[in-house]
Amino acid sequence: MATAEPLQSAAEQAPALDLTERTDLVPIFIMGKKYDVPSTLTIQKALEYAGYQLIRGCGCRGGICGACATVYRMPGSPKIHVGLACQTLVQPNMYLTMVPFFPANRAVYNIEEMKPDTHALLKVYPELTKCMGCNTCTKSCPMELDVMEYISAALRGDLERTAELSMSCVMCGICASRCPAELGQYHIAILCRRLTARHLRPKAAHVAEMVERVESGRYEEPLRQLMTADLDTLRKLYVEREMEPHTADEMWQPQETRFL
Amino acid sequence: MGYTAELLELIKRVEKTRPERVARKKAGQEFTALTLEQRADRLKKYHPDYREGGLRELKIGPSKGYALAREIADLFEARSRVDPDKIDLNEVHYETDVLVIGGGGAGTAAALMAQEQGARVIIATKLRHGDANTMMAEGGIQAATKGWKDSPYYHYLDVMGGGHFENDPELVRTMVLEAPKVIAWLERLGCMLNKWPDGKLFTLHGAGTCRKRMHYAGDLTGAEIMRTLRDEARNRIKDIGVLEFSPAVELLLDDKGRCSGAVLYNLETEEYFLVKAKAVVMATGGCGRLHIQNFMTTNHYGATGDGLVMGYRLGVGVRFLHATQYHPTGAVFPEQAEGLLITEKVRGAGANLVNIDGEQFVFEREPRDIESASIIRECTTVGKGIPVPGQPGKFGVWLDSPMIDLLEGEGTVEREFPAKFILFKRYEIDISKMPMLVYPTLHYQNGGLAYKPDGSTAVPGFFVAGEVGGGVHGANRLMGNSLLDITVFGRLAGETAGRYVKDRADVGALSVEHVRKYHKELEEAGIETDRVSPMILPDYANPLVRKRQWTTTYVGTIR
Repeated sequence: MATAEPLQSAAEQAPALDLTERTDLVPIFIMGKKYDVPSTLTIQKALEYAGYQLIRGCGCRGGICGACATVYRMPGSPKIHVGLACQTLVQPNMYLTMVPFFPANRAVYNIEEMKPDTHALLKVYPELTKCMGCNTCTKSCPMELDVMEYISAALRGDLERTAELSMSCVMCGICASRCPAELGQYHIAILCRRLTARHLRPKAAHVAEMVERVESGRYEEPLRQLMTADLDTLRKLYVEREMEPHTADEMWQPQETRFL
Repeated sequence: MGYTAELLELIKRVEKTRPERVARKKAGQEFTALTLEQRADRLKKYHPDYREGGLRELKIGPSKGYALAREIADLFEARSRVDPDKIDLNEVHYETDVLVIGGGGAGTAAALMAQEQGARVIIATKLRHGDANTMMAEGGIQAATKGWKDSPYYHYLDVMGGGHFENDPELVRTMVLEAPKVIAWLERLGCMLNKWPDGKLFTLHGAGTCRKRMHYAGDLTGAEIMRTLRDEARNRIKDIGVLEFSPAVELLLDDKGRCSGAVLYNLETEEYFLVKAKAVVMATGGCGRLHIQNFMTTNHYGATGDGLVMGYRLGVGVRFLHATQYHPTGAVFPEQAEGLLITEKVRGAGANLVNIDGEQFVFEREPRDIESASIIRECTTVGKGIPVPGQPGKFGVWLDSPMIDLLEGEGTVEREFPAKFILFKRYEIDISKMPMLVYPTLHYQNGGLAYKPDGSTAVPGFFVAGEVGGGVHGANRLMGNSLLDITVFGRLAGETAGRYVKDRADVGALSVEHVRKYHKELEEAGIETDRVSPMILPDYANPLVRKRQWTTTYVGTIR
């Protein structure tokens, strides 16, 4: 594609529909049915190339929302592979299906009142104890998280460890779909993260102080001055505002303190 | 996979200039920032908003005569998806106090706050609850929380400067004052923002900030906020119902002209149904999937500007909608990562943008529009872009992420940007050792429906929150102010709606008269079109397949 005019690079073109004359086609089997699709596509784009208008199983298209959980198998092997459709490239002869929804158990709880320990956790998720350590969850995580390890950490009462290990979880649900103990790992993980952040980590005192300052009305007058300033004054204040240096340490303080 | 041999060869030039650039950064010497005059000139010459033929004037509606992106104007000048005469207004499927349209961050925050006012809430959402741009926001959330060096005063100045001083001052004031409260709220809800052992929150610079006030959760900040808010909404299931795969297509009024619910569409059964409500909060987000000027986008699949269309038909005007935000750093390689957002925090942490010769050509913390215009300039008139392999005519520039480990210590990239690190690892690219190839990508709708600081609008009973609204960011939003926008104004709109329904005794006879009126206006303006809107979902199906969909009229059981 040539550049049409100097200010528009072809890099701006949406990666949409210029797929009509591809020669690099490979066969894939979508829910058992064969389609020939370009070999460079992700599974998601291959579905669209095949003619699907996606409704379920498509969200952010960028690997973070967890809408497009997909399982597939290669011929000649019993192994079930997993991936997010928007992140996984097609492979010749793969057999695939999406798992856009899986009915995992989610408890209802009160985060304020709940205690951050195993006892409280087991009360809302008693199935935790059924984990038999088979490690299928870890093997089936498209984000490569150590799911079984964070589940065992939760069982041990080490909620902070569960929180840290599960931070990149996209809640796609593949772990739950494969779990013989019928756990909803990702729901357990988010509960541990919330309990950790809410109860186990110290509060940010500076946030509470600032909220008090705001509520005391301390900034009303300085802000009123800015809101009523003419454009030139405002531009001058903007240009001359003191910049915290990139390399400054956390406790850096500006020269001007009148508006703090 | 990984980089091609040609790219690996070019990366050597970046590596050659890197030690000196790192040394300069360590010495506190930054690339010279543009003056306000130079900024204006750069935008005019290189920003996509200023391109000939990009905008056109609206012929009808409350903002008649206002010029905005052609793609949005097309949606405004279109007929309703439903024939108003076919809608049975007597058959109401759901009744609630507050109907929230949109299941992203703004909508969910609104639902939580309305519920706390004692309201029963229904969230109607096009995809799943949480499938939204909020989930994809990476970098952080701005708030002046560190009183020894920062205050809402400085936050206000930064927001105004970023928006070229055109922002609505009342909205900005509200946002910067509410910001610390939002951080406290998120902390209370158990949102895992990065903290020091003493509880102090990590903060970084973003482009256009004078103080380090970007709070974050790795590079998953939006995801962490979204999952937390959604989890909390699920705990309040008794009062907050969620209708997924049920986008709204039209709003309802009652005989007193108050907004009183919406017409929803079940994407799976293809039937329409009515929700009657005493208040409606519109929180449908942005419109990246309209691919304005054919740009690739970072937005999620459902970002088609539906709320703009519904609100505009109802009689609410729009502002700042002429300004579209192109995020400076969208991935252009490898192909399957195309359009994907590389958070601004990478530049905030110190990574330079460099050209094919490894030279810096712009200060990496300019506001987004300036940064994007500068990259477009480098790839076009300057001619020092890096050719994208296998895609003739496409260029990008390097985002030199390995500088971060050199500045902050080995392992920083992997720790601070876990999502991107894993993603690129899949493509066999280690971004702590090798730069990323990037180009501007359609990212954010700077403007939208006009609203007041409490979320109310020109139509009683109709409230607006988040990206669908316009004014707080002026013509250009700064990083970290969208997660702030959606939480601040989501909360306020929810609270206001929750209070409003307490005072509203009844809902009168339902009406879609405004839709009929709008259709008439279309005809009177001489607009003859078969376009219908809102769009709901973009069409990415293979055109060859579409061509073979020969069914002439959709009458039987199967299309």
